Amino acid sequence: MENKKNTSGFVKSIKQYAGPLTILVLMMVVLWLTTKAFMTTDNLVSVLRNICVNSLLAAGITCVIIIGCIDLSIGSTVAATSVIAVVLNTALGWNVWIAVLVAILIGGLIGAINGGIRAVTMLPPFIITLATQQAIRGAGYIFTGGAPIVSTNDTFNAIGKSSFLGMPVIFYIMVISLVIVGLILGRTRLGRHMYAVGGNMEAAKHSGISYAKVSIAAYTIMGLLAGLSGVIMASRLSSGQPKIGEEYSTDAIAAAVIGGTAFSGGYGTIFGSFLGACIIGVLNSGMTHLKIDSYWQMVVKGILILLAVYYDSIKGKIKIGKKKAAA
Amino acid sequence: MANENVLVMSNIDKRFGGVHALKNVSFNLRKGEVHILMGENGAGKSTLMKILDGLYKADEGTVEIDGRQVVVDSPLHARELGVSMIHQELSMCENMTIAENIFRGEEMGTYGFVNFKQMYQQAQQILDDMNLNLNAHTKVGDLSIAQQQMVEIAGAVSHNAKIVIMDEPTSSLTEVEIVELFKIVANLKAAGTGIIYISHRMNETFEIGDRITIMRDGTYIDTLNVAETTEDQIIEMMVGRAIAEVYEGERAEGGEVVLDIQNFTNEKLKNCSLQLRRGEILGFSGLVGAGRTELMRAIFALDKLESGTMTLFGEPVSFKTVQDAIDAGIGMVPEDRRGCGLVLGHSVGTNLTITVLKKFIKGIRVNKKKENEIIEEYRKKLSIKTSGPEQACGNLSGGNQQKVVISKWLASEPKILILDEPTRGIDVGAKHEIYQLMRKLASEGVSIMFISSDLPEIINMSSRVVVMHEGEIAAVLDGAEEEFTQVKIMRYATGGE
Repeated sequence: MENKKNTSGFVKSIKQYAGPLTILVLMMVVLWLTTKAFMTTDNLVSVLRNICVNSLLAAGITCVIIIGCIDLSIGSTVAATSVIAVVLNTALGWNVWIAVLVAILIGGLIGAINGGIRAVTMLPPFIITLATQQAIRGAGYIFTGGAPIVSTNDTFNAIGKSSFLGMPVIFYIMVISLVIVGLILGRTRLGRHMYAVGGNMEAAKHSGISYAKVSIAAYTIMGLLAGLSGVIMASRLSSGQPKIGEEYSTDAIAAAVIGGTAFSGGYGTIFGSFLGACIIGVLNSGMTHLKIDSYWQMVVKGILILLAVYYDSIKGKIKIGKKKAAA
Repeated sequence: MANENVLVMSNIDKRFGGVHALKNVSFNLRKGEVHILMGENGAGKSTLMKILDGLYKADEGTVEIDGRQVVVDSPLHARELGVSMIHQELSMCENMTIAENIFRGEEMGTYGFVNFKQMYQQAQQILDDMNLNLNAHTKVGDLSIAQQQMVEIAGAVSHNAKIVIMDEPTSSLTEVEIVELFKIVANLKAAGTGIIYISHRMNETFEIGDRITIMRDGTYIDTLNVAETTEDQIIEMMVGRAIAEVYEGERAEGGEVVLDIQNFTNEKLKNCSLQLRRGEILGFSGLVGAGRTELMRAIFALDKLESGTMTLFGEPVSFKTVQDAIDAGIGMVPEDRRGCGLVLGHSVGTNLTITVLKKFIKGIRVNKKKENEIIEEYRKKLSIKTSGPEQACGNLSGGNQQKVVISKWLASEPKILILDEPTRGIDVGAKHEIYQLMRKLASEGVSIMFISSDLPEIINMSSRVVVMHEGEIAAVLDGAEEEFTQVKIMRYATGGE
């Protein structure tokens, strides 16, 4: 009985992710057949290493999109926290782990501020985060005077480069983070409240759900993951980079929507967004192996996003909330 | 002349995938008649009308307008053929003026430039002809729902419609506004327009209907002359079984006072004081905008108060958030169930449990068994018809959607339940079930506050009736002391003494 239930649950999840899974498997088969270098352990590990940051950010933006909002300030937050982590561990000589923790928490704080502004002003999230994006980017430059800042702390620099049991350490960090966020969304009251707010804000309010709490929570999750990404980037680059991350918001949003997160809010899963990040990662790596130049890679990515969202819309996932059922 | 058919629909058949929505249905409409179309939700009325309006294509069957066989491709084509549909849910651009809405899609002018002067003149002419005291420059968003409805009808008239379809036009109107609407219907009728009128309200049928066609489960049942039929006969045909009395049951009697509200005042309310007793059904009557919903919103902490106090079960309380009100044992089924009651795209299960997540989610531990028990309990108790708890609420009929909203509040085991227009737009069968449920809850000691613009409903269901007028409580009538009458209630509702 129990077994049967699990099987049907498994079949259901396969169905739910049929679109992105098909794309991913197809791409990998094609690359396996057409290139020698793609399907090697080394390359696959490198792909995994490269998708870690985007997976983390995609998980964060999924939370924000689920509540019906958006965050353009992700890249700036990553840049600012990468700088903060290095300033603390190198310039100020703090203990590495405290520096890392503080950088992540500052990311969370930035998120909480975004979410708080949204809850208080109810301005469009696009506008709010367009503004905070600028402000945070500026703050990052202020810390370093605009230049990158080098980390001389070996422990810190090792986080992003070392491996454990043949896999990058940051891969484990990413998986654990995604599992945590996935549990929050799927298993907690907060998670249900987030889906409800994104599905119908008025109905959620009438059900006693506090919009402010949900908004601050979702953006804080986003911020914490951006802070973590900042630490990972700084470690991989052995430096705090105030300029990085211009494209992080769009990449994360792309991963989320390819993975089936509805832009109108109310639907989406962490696993879906992770698949989205995998697709983008495989696409980037694969096209490089196929010697497609990076400009064309962008064109292909753009087309892929459109197709993915269109696929979701014809599945009825996005429209259903608005369409009138026959009386 | 009077018996000349303007519309003949013959042997219409329509399937949606596996669902046989219309089975060989025939329908005709004469010039200058009001033809009532009745049937429970899902009977196929709307589908039939959507075929006439060009939104759906019939699989089989023919449509003749003025004796010519036509295939209606689109709503625009329908308009050209003289068919105008006034939708149940208003479909106007609220940010635009009345004139812009009336001529939306066919703005007059040359070379793509709109001739605004001519447009506003003509729109004003139409409004004046209908005796609507409205300015064509007014933004539609600034109008009341009733006025918006009138503007929709004005739009239909402007197209010289031969056939006007009204889909539950009175569902959001008050008695006074309905009178206005019926005047317009009479004018249209006198001008020879055929009117197809979909309604769930029996009294309207007898007031304005000439003939009535009843449908059930996608089949045509019968067409009758309204003058020669009775309410019971119609209900029997609609539900396929006899309902002796829609409102059957004892008048609920109140016990001790559970909620005492003193001098509630805010932007929309003036010094509202009232007492709610244990196990009573307290009806709220009044015109739209009288402040009934606003009073409930204030009690439920959705709106802020400028002044006023509240005593609940003998304790003074003041709610800061909706959650406080819920924790204190109050539940509210809002007026707009699609907009405020449900997340339409989400499943019956998630909607039903959103107020009681605490009962089965602790941290990240979800007690699936408990969750399913709660869902099943209310699905059975209120006989919600779904394909399963996973079905999206958007795909349910109005009555079943309402049952989900009510279930969601029953699950939180409220001591006081607010129902704002709970039976609007749902069929007789589901109404009956909701009335029964209200009586049952009251007998179990739940105090119900119940807003309705349907006077027979208020009169038959309430223990006492609170009549509101312009943000004030005009009168509280007690069913134990006096007989409720429509005249009495309307007099207070319109500001009389």
